[in-house]
Amino acid sequence: MSIKIAGVGKRFGDFTALEGIDLDIATGELTALLGPSGGGKSTLLRIIAGLEVADVGSVEIEGVDATGLPARKRNVGFVFQHYAAFRHLSVAGNVGFGLKIRKRPRREIKSRVAELLELVHLSQFADRLPAQLSGGQRQRMALARALAIEPTVLLLDEPFGALDANVRKELRAWLRRLHDEVHVTTVFVTHDREEALEVADRIVVINQGRIEQIGPPHELYDHPSSEFVMSFLGPVTTLNGHLVRPHDLEIETHPFDNAYPGRIERFNRVGFEVRLDVRLTEDDQAPPVLVTLTRAEATAKALELGVPVWVTPVANASKVRITTPPTLASDGLDVSAADSVPQPTFS
Amino acid sequence: MGDTAVSRTTTQWTLRVLVVGYLTLLVIWPVALVARETFAHGLAPVLDALRQPEVIFAFELTLSAAFWAVVINTIFGVGISLLLVRYTFPGRRTLNALVDLPLAVSPVVVGLALVLVYSGRTGWLGGSLEQVGLKVIYAPPGIILATAFVSMPLVIREVVPVLQEIGTEQEQAASSLGASGLQTFVRITLPAIRWALLYGVVLSLARSLGEFGAVKIVSGGVAMRTQTATLLVEERYQQFGAVNSIIAYTAAFILALIAVLALVVVTSFRPDKGTPR
Amino acid sequence: MTQRAGVVEPPLLEPDDTAGAATSSGGRRLPRGRSATSLTPTSGLGLGVALLWFSLLVLIPLTAVLVQASEGGWSAYWDALRSPQTLAALRLTVGQAILVTAVNVFMGTAIAWVLVRDHFPGKQVLEVVIDIPLALPTIVAGLVLLSLYGPSSPLGVNWANTSVAVFLAFLFVTLPFIVRTVQPVLLEIEPEVEEAAASLGATQFTIFRRVILPSLTPAIASGAALSFCRAISEYGSLVLLSGNLPYSTEVASVRILSYIEGDKLTEAAAVASILLIVALVVIVTLDVISRRVARYG
Repeated sequence: MSIKIAGVGKRFGDFTALEGIDLDIATGELTALLGPSGGGKSTLLRIIAGLEVADVGSVEIEGVDATGLPARKRNVGFVFQHYAAFRHLSVAGNVGFGLKIRKRPRREIKSRVAELLELVHLSQFADRLPAQLSGGQRQRMALARALAIEPTVLLLDEPFGALDANVRKELRAWLRRLHDEVHVTTVFVTHDREEALEVADRIVVINQGRIEQIGPPHELYDHPSSEFVMSFLGPVTTLNGHLVRPHDLEIETHPFDNAYPGRIERFNRVGFEVRLDVRLTEDDQAPPVLVTLTRAEATAKALELGVPVWVTPVANASKVRITTPPTLASDGLDVSAADSVPQPTFS
Repeated sequence: MGDTAVSRTTTQWTLRVLVVGYLTLLVIWPVALVARETFAHGLAPVLDALRQPEVIFAFELTLSAAFWAVVINTIFGVGISLLLVRYTFPGRRTLNALVDLPLAVSPVVVGLALVLVYSGRTGWLGGSLEQVGLKVIYAPPGIILATAFVSMPLVIREVVPVLQEIGTEQEQAASSLGASGLQTFVRITLPAIRWALLYGVVLSLARSLGEFGAVKIVSGGVAMRTQTATLLVEERYQQFGAVNSIIAYTAAFILALIAVLALVVVTSFRPDKGTPR
Repeated sequence: MTQRAGVVEPPLLEPDDTAGAATSSGGRRLPRGRSATSLTPTSGLGLGVALLWFSLLVLIPLTAVLVQASEGGWSAYWDALRSPQTLAALRLTVGQAILVTAVNVFMGTAIAWVLVRDHFPGKQVLEVVIDIPLALPTIVAGLVLLSLYGPSSPLGVNWANTSVAVFLAFLFVTLPFIVRTVQPVLLEIEPEVEEAAASLGATQFTIFRRVILPSLTPAIASGAALSFCRAISEYGSLVLLSGNLPYSTEVASVRILSYIEGDKLTEAAAVASILLIVALVVIVTLDVISRRVARYG
């Protein structure tokens, strides 16, 4: 095991950032700590790095108890969301900093820096100052800098959070390729589920200081263990007291087995996708059910605004029973507690 | 309504004239007059004045006292800035507020305060210090103390905001890359604050060179012994004779020149703070 | 005495006292003290040394003033303050300082306004001019003012040795304070706020009165407090300019000096304690003001 975390907890004043965290990360794995802002994932990452000290619990890195070690003794590479570039040093100076501290011979530093700059495609910027680079380039430099010291573990704190959407997508794919080449145990923090799903070998979902679920992306997506995980990892809608994926719903303009009747209340075309709000006949107080399908399917089934339809989940749809207590209005009609669960309607 | 383009420009012009006029009458014209008065009889008398042994001594004393005061205040200033920004401890807020104190206190009060503590005759510590051979009041160490007192906050006030602004990320990055506290400080923190530090040092220097009231009290102002440049100006102005007058004006002019130069350095190397968003 | 814009904005730290990435507008810091750690043994030692230096240089001497002032008990203290000459000096000092502060509130704001909102060739020169009173040695300031308002004045006036001289000297040395506290605030004001007010029908004057001025008030108050404090502390420029005539142009600081020269340290300390207490009050006020300002973002 590359990283073993046992019983870690951390409070800031009255605020509990982390509680009862147990986590094992295998050597060479690319793990994502995923969760909403303020959930504790950055704190956990910083505790692994030694930039923050846990109140309780232990951290073991490659078999060595690192709990009491300061950051500089842990040999971890850390990449910050806002790059933390050494503004007064050139790109080469930044990348070579860790080696200079370790008093490596000048020739060795030079060749290693060149090697790394080549790896991150920044060779032609070696003598520039960080201020002269774009955000994406600065982050690549930060990565090269962290890799220069041959870290046991590479930690990235929302590494692409400060970048444009396009650059983010590019760097995401690039990080995955880099990891496949370099094979360093990597842990990165993100609140972007797409990023986690696309890049990680395993995802650790952290919410309100606790681990909700751990597993490979497809497992978390298809078999979420809780309402939170399900809603966080993908779009959800409520049907019959369960959370279901909108694209896992079968919809027809005629009744069929176990289908719930309703009427199409909203018909939205977004690109190739069609999104429908279906108001159920049996419960018109509850929020409408969201159904998504392709344009072709919608046309084939002759779906239109106002048309009566029947919906039900498909055979192997992932479903999570809603257990959170209902909130306000629906007096007597304890149908869906959907109010307390986020209902994202974006894809 | 009643807000036309014309009335807006009238207000603008009125304000402009008012402000420029005010500043001319209060600062620009008087300063120009001193410059003119200094050279009223040509360059030669000025150069003569600068060759006088009392004048040379006064400036040497002023410069050396200022130098030591600035060195002390820079070292402790950076230390205190780091402590105030990067650490928490009980009384931090109080210390932070107290650091401004020397700027608000009258120089005469400063002089009195130092005399009460360091005077050889009656001071709290002065007596014991004199017994080990350290004379503070009526001697150069007193001048250095008074100068250090009045310019103490200047380095701190320049460095603290910058330390706050750059945050700790670079330092954390350095730490994660293996740098020790000292290495981080020398390689990362110092370079990051070097401009603020420079401004603070320049301002401290200008302030130290110009101190008058506090130094007058602690030094005794004996020519060729403890008379600084500012004390020289006072003494010579109050004496009769053209030569004394020239000496007073010359010394004053030199001091003013250094002050303005320091200002220009600080203003021109600052990132532009005069343009609105 | 030299100060810069940053210097005149007390206190140094935001009230939440946590370092963290600051926004460019000096806005809210991080709520949690993530970047401020507790003391390590080395830094604890450093703090001890720094405190020792600070005490020896500043705290102990200032305390000595207060101690000396109370040497003879309350009666001696009041006697020293009530001597007619001292009372006259205090009255003159405080009176002129208040007058000058009032002028500065108006002129300081006007100057800041012109510096920020107006653009004309040579404006940059004004920036340096405003700081000159801070950088200039006070004795030289006296000489400077004498040249325009003293015996050989090209204006034909001669205000040396009159209370006008005191007024002028105070005015000179306090010039930068309100300007430098108001300027950054004016720079920060978003033009959109004024545009919104204009679109809702407000005249330029109304916008200034109801939108801009309220946000300037704390800055003006801070600057005024500093200005007042600086004025009552002034000494050097008055030596040559006012003649220090008892009962007519003698200010509090000159009074203190005569007591010192007469070896009447207790009386000197008594008057000095007044100035010192005012200084402390000003510093505390500024701390309170800035904390309240920070609360409103």
